[in-house]
Amino acid sequence: MAVDERFRALFEPRGVLVAGASTHPGKFGFVSLHNILACGYAGKVFATNRDGADVLGVSTVAEVADLPDGEIDLVFVCTPAAANPDLLRACAKKGITAAFIASAGYGEAGEEGVAAQAELVALAGELGILLAGPNGQGVVSPPARLCAQIVGPYPPAGHIGIASQSGNFVSSFENYAQLTGVGVSRAVSAGNAAAVTVPDYLEYFADDPQTRVALAYIESVGDGRSYIQRLRGVAERKPVVVVKGGATAGGQRAAASHTGALASDDRVFDGAARQAGVSRAATVEQGFELAASFATQPLPRGNRVMVVTSVGGGGVVAADAIGRSDLVLAPVPDDLMADVDALLPPRWSRNNPIDMAGGETRDTVPEIVRLAASHRDVDAVLFLGMGIQSNQAKLMRDGPFWPDHGLERIVGYHERQDARYAEAAAEVSDATGKPVLVATELAVTSPDNPGPAAVRAGGRLCYPSADRAVIALDHLWGRSRWLARRGLG
Amino acid sequence: MPTLSEAASKELLGAFGVPFPDERVVAAVDDAVGAAGEIGYPVVVKLGGDGIAHKTERGLVRLGLGSAEQVRDAAADLLAAATPEDGEVHLLVAPMLRATRELIAGLHDDPQFGMTVMLGVGGILAEAVADVSFRLVPIERVDAEEMIEDLALQRLLGPFRGEPAVDRAAVADVLLGLSEAAQARDDIASADLNPLLVVDGRPVAVDALVEVR
Repeated sequence: MAVDERFRALFEPRGVLVAGASTHPGKFGFVSLHNILACGYAGKVFATNRDGADVLGVSTVAEVADLPDGEIDLVFVCTPAAANPDLLRACAKKGITAAFIASAGYGEAGEEGVAAQAELVALAGELGILLAGPNGQGVVSPPARLCAQIVGPYPPAGHIGIASQSGNFVSSFENYAQLTGVGVSRAVSAGNAAAVTVPDYLEYFADDPQTRVALAYIESVGDGRSYIQRLRGVAERKPVVVVKGGATAGGQRAAASHTGALASDDRVFDGAARQAGVSRAATVEQGFELAASFATQPLPRGNRVMVVTSVGGGGVVAADAIGRSDLVLAPVPDDLMADVDALLPPRWSRNNPIDMAGGETRDTVPEIVRLAASHRDVDAVLFLGMGIQSNQAKLMRDGPFWPDHGLERIVGYHERQDARYAEAAAEVSDATGKPVLVATELAVTSPDNPGPAAVRAGGRLCYPSADRAVIALDHLWGRSRWLARRGLG
Repeated sequence: MPTLSEAASKELLGAFGVPFPDERVVAAVDDAVGAAGEIGYPVVVKLGGDGIAHKTERGLVRLGLGSAEQVRDAAADLLAAATPEDGEVHLLVAPMLRATRELIAGLHDDPQFGMTVMLGVGGILAEAVADVSFRLVPIERVDAEEMIEDLALQRLLGPFRGEPAVDRAAVADVLLGLSEAAQARDDIASADLNPLLVVDGRPVAVDALVEVR
């Protein structure tokens, strides 16, 4: 299917018009213009205002007719519902092909709203305008430095394409992007999804070179069969991560058959998603982590994991998590055993997890991570224990003895080492084409720790716990297996 | 919606490769005794008919009959228990199969997703345990295999109490057969194979109920 050029108008517009720009800093028409300007949108910005007043230094016009022709692709609509049909007609004359309707008063607002929404959809169809929303919070497209959104934040640029039936969860995913540094290619709130629906956006993401993984929050699926077939079409090309709300809302079916009695909405959706190769996340937070994993790690070709750790308990808990998943702890092959023996004192675990038991010196960690990931009998590596030395270094930096008594020198060493571990993990992953995940709670408790900071700087996700890293890796493996079993890998 | 009799349900699904026990449909008491002799004791005798959907609840299933005399008595009782609403009835004579493991499988026409195929852990606790997996019809073999993997009680599928591991390919065949039946016959509204017994590792459906529209 040919890419609908109008999605390019929505996500990479040459010029943007804010319709209904306001001088009141609490109004959508002010906030959206503010965000577009403040986030550094590179194209031309226009605005309409009933009184033609300047807003944030932008001179406005009262009528769309007074704007130049052919310079604007996208209109961000903040005007009242009643004004919008005329607005769209005027926009079409200027060559505008995409409209994001932030205005409320549509399908969510009773019978009259439903009628107004149907009219607007029909009109947009006649005019050839792609209609996003209405009643949505906006569209964000960091590759175009576009933040046409009535709320924060503006996430860093990356490769996760987000479409959501809840505006607020767009912000949630963007907040996680900001926290973790794993960025976003496109993010759109579907609003009432009157014309363009979540699967439409996901199909665009499948074609979009900026997007590596599609992340969706969905509630209702309407015709479930056609919905899931469309998701499958996307999943055959790119990973699709779905968080489904209302999982417990639909109870068991009232049915005569035993099979029917066992068929809850959620069980049927879950099976359909598995069949379609959709990675279903249990929570919003997990949804982001899975998407971030697909965006930044290669898929494993098998399920054999080697855990490399400088923390004994962490290794044990990681092994437990692997035991609950479809992953397995790789046995330590003889040649790898010999290689590690040569690098560590004899007290190391001599088993998987490879617990270095404090025997590591300057180059041990990068070397063992490299040996493990390079081995043909290992499909993925999980590294635990990064950042501990820098955590101590922080106490020294902040303490009363800094920088004397040799503190400056040891602190510098520790901090360089942790950053090096993070860099080595990414380098080894790139070199071997295997996932190498790094997990430490310091990613959230002390994000400036040089370990997690270096993982972020390298563009990857630093997992907040081994358990969460294992869940993510399990989903990477699930997709790898789904593709391979269907001849799509 | 009307249901097919157990015998007609089995005939329909059997044509798509769903495995059923070697059983006989007969009309009279003497024929039931003859059939039991051919099959070998012990046997089960059930009263069947298009109007009879819930045999167990009505006491229309007699299990573990070990002799011709027991079969004769049971068959006579069952025929006498038929009501005018049951319409035409018959006797179904089947071998008494013993199994420690029970699965459940079936078809369900979902209001949102259309026809689905299901596999689950069976037995009297099936609905409480709810260890089930659904897929949309049609399924391919890989989907059927993944449905078996979906079940949480994987230990039930391995070697169990002296019985061999469940033949996963044979279970996949059952699911594929159900999917094919649903595609070939759009008058099927639902189907239950309950229980789908695991006998010496192989699935055998000892009861079947198809709803038609």
